[in-house]
Amino acid sequence: MAFIDRKQTVEKGNYAAKEKSKIRLIVLGIFILLVLAGSLDYPVLWDKAVNWVNSQIGFNLPEFYKLPFRLGLDLQGGTHLVYEANLAGIGEIDRDSSMDGIRDLIERRVNLFGVAEPLVQINKVGDSNRLIIELPGVRDVAEAIEMIGGTPYLEFKEENADGTDFTNTSLTGRFLKSAQLEFDQTTYQPYVTLEFDNEGAKIFADLTKKNIGKRLAIYLDGAPISIPVVNEEIPSGKAQISGQFTQKEAKQLAERLNTGALPVPINLIGQQSIGASLGHDSLTKSLKAGIIGFLAILLFMIISYRLSGFFASISLIIYVLLLLAVFKLVPVTLTLAGIAGFLLSMGMAVDANILIFSRTKEELKNGRNYLDALTNGVKRAWPSIRDGNFTTILVGLILFIFGTSFVKGFALTLVVGNLVNMFSAIVITNYLIKFFFSINGEKIKKLWL
Amino acid sequence: MNFPFVKYYKIHYFLISILIIASIACLFILGLNLGIDFLGGTIWEFQFENRPDNAIIQEKLNKFDLGEIIIQPTGEKGIILRFKDIDENVHQQMLSSLNEISKVEEGRFESIGPTIGKELRNKTITLIVISLISLLIYIAVAFRKLSWPISGWQYGLVSIITLAIDVIIPVFVLILLGKFNNVQFNIPIVAALLTILGYTMNDKVIVFDRVRENILRTRSEDFAGTINQSLNQVISRSLSTGFCTLLVLFSIFFLGGETLKYFSLTLIIGIVVGTYTSLFIASALLISWGRKRIGS
Repeated sequence: MAFIDRKQTVEKGNYAAKEKSKIRLIVLGIFILLVLAGSLDYPVLWDKAVNWVNSQIGFNLPEFYKLPFRLGLDLQGGTHLVYEANLAGIGEIDRDSSMDGIRDLIERRVNLFGVAEPLVQINKVGDSNRLIIELPGVRDVAEAIEMIGGTPYLEFKEENADGTDFTNTSLTGRFLKSAQLEFDQTTYQPYVTLEFDNEGAKIFADLTKKNIGKRLAIYLDGAPISIPVVNEEIPSGKAQISGQFTQKEAKQLAERLNTGALPVPINLIGQQSIGASLGHDSLTKSLKAGIIGFLAILLFMIISYRLSGFFASISLIIYVLLLLAVFKLVPVTLTLAGIAGFLLSMGMAVDANILIFSRTKEELKNGRNYLDALTNGVKRAWPSIRDGNFTTILVGLILFIFGTSFVKGFALTLVVGNLVNMFSAIVITNYLIKFFFSINGEKIKKLWL
Repeated sequence: MNFPFVKYYKIHYFLISILIIASIACLFILGLNLGIDFLGGTIWEFQFENRPDNAIIQEKLNKFDLGEIIIQPTGEKGIILRFKDIDENVHQQMLSSLNEISKVEEGRFESIGPTIGKELRNKTITLIVISLISLLIYIAVAFRKLSWPISGWQYGLVSIITLAIDVIIPVFVLILLGKFNNVQFNIPIVAALLTILGYTMNDKVIVFDRVRENILRTRSEDFAGTINQSLNQVISRSLSTGFCTLLVLFSIFFLGGETLKYFSLTLIIGIVVGTYTSLFIASALLISWGRKRIGS
């Protein structure tokens, strides 16, 4: 019997030693995670420390990798435009490629505008094909809109049977290869020559052949600018616009056509612009609100749950640093809504801790010692934590998949926040407490919960 | 501590019924003050160097075809204008007109066509319905092991009913604010309502979780007693978590700026109501339903 007892104690001892080294390893891991996440969020401290070490020992440690936070338009100011493309004249099959074409074109134009990180996106809603354009930091919206939508939309129309009106043809600016400014040799009037691509040349040849002796109108942005009479079939794929231009107008027209005529007309159906100062104001206000809410939670946790609450607070701080690092790494574009989701997730992040501590208190009442009570508390709180967080994540995912951009930003931070918070309550708080309790915990038993 | 949560259930039923009836009546009589996100229109926020009276602004804008214009002063120099959707040309013309009164610094300009608004309306309704159905399914699955005295899907149904209450009451307050304070029902508010769904669902799940655990552990015949005991066990957690979340929300409400103000208010109301319904209404519904089953 005595032998068996001894064996059991040895096993118990081995187990305890193993458990102890496991706790130490995990706490070390948490510490490394904290340093990495913290340095990513705020590299200045790391750099200072490294510079100091370098100067003292002569090492050459590198500075920390720098990633900026990505701020949304509502926080840094900028313009958000929604265009609807009118694809009525385009066959079903060609629609996607047309939209790609428009997007590339507008991207080129927006890049000329010198905007940092512009975004041009195709957005298909039901039957409508839209373009979403985001221009961070752009203040002159009128100019931006001019830049994007002010491009000439070129079309050719043929005369009706009765000669009173014009009807659309399939020839548009889409088939344009180049445009050039030229001058009439005798009158010195400026005019613009157009050269079509192969497909356009074919259509143009058919069109001219069909309409010999009739008028063929050239429309720019919905208005006729030149209505010449067709004298003969033109197979060369070259046409000319000779309206009443000044030289400057003609030159501008040729340039604009050359940068690429839009293949289909687009219409501005929504716009949103936010001044940089308002954005900055929103950012500082929401951050201030966040910091105060955060401190209030820390205070509440320490008052309610004493030392356990203190470690939960540490874990909440790590939670915030981790989440910010995730935002930088993914990267998540931070909008006002995203910050709201982030702040809210802080309030909910303590929920898992609170659930665990409530359970632990019950276990303590049943006469267990603190560490056993905590281990049991975590185990018994787990189904609630799992189910509770899962429902929030479920709603977050639905919001993310089906929501609009405001909702998406909010949902994303909420979901990421929930995932990180389960980790922080179950791993970080739990092991921090176990680690520090094992150092000198028994002596201040009363303070733990 | 042994607080009799379920004893006065009739009072709670009565209270909540009145609120629901008032909410639904308001919804039909007053209606939601839908924002431009849903209806289309323009919202324009700017600061005057020297802010004139509303009448002067109105007069300057009369020559534009803007429909009804709502002029709302904010802060010391700020103005928020709301009117129908316009294009950029009109915007620039209006800007130069207003500049004649006093120098204008633009804060935010948003103009949304009616098609986008209509789409968003449909999308929002779909969102709420999908959320509720998935939550119902989730609860039914999570509580499938329970059969006495009511089964898992009934827990699901009870949570959906109380969730609906949690959303209806903040909407009620928003209707009143919309009527008397011109607060608009917009996308941020919808996001807040959906978050209430997620948060208070969490609350209900934790109560039900305790009930499940106690039923499976004690096998007690006294369903009402088991529920009351469970509520007493979870109340400190419910209040603590609710309090922490409210701390953040109040701080956003007071300090977070104009855009987040009513967003956070909606959440505050939803969380208070949600905590209440989880403790008093959901439990009472479970018992009423259980009694019917035991009785028959």
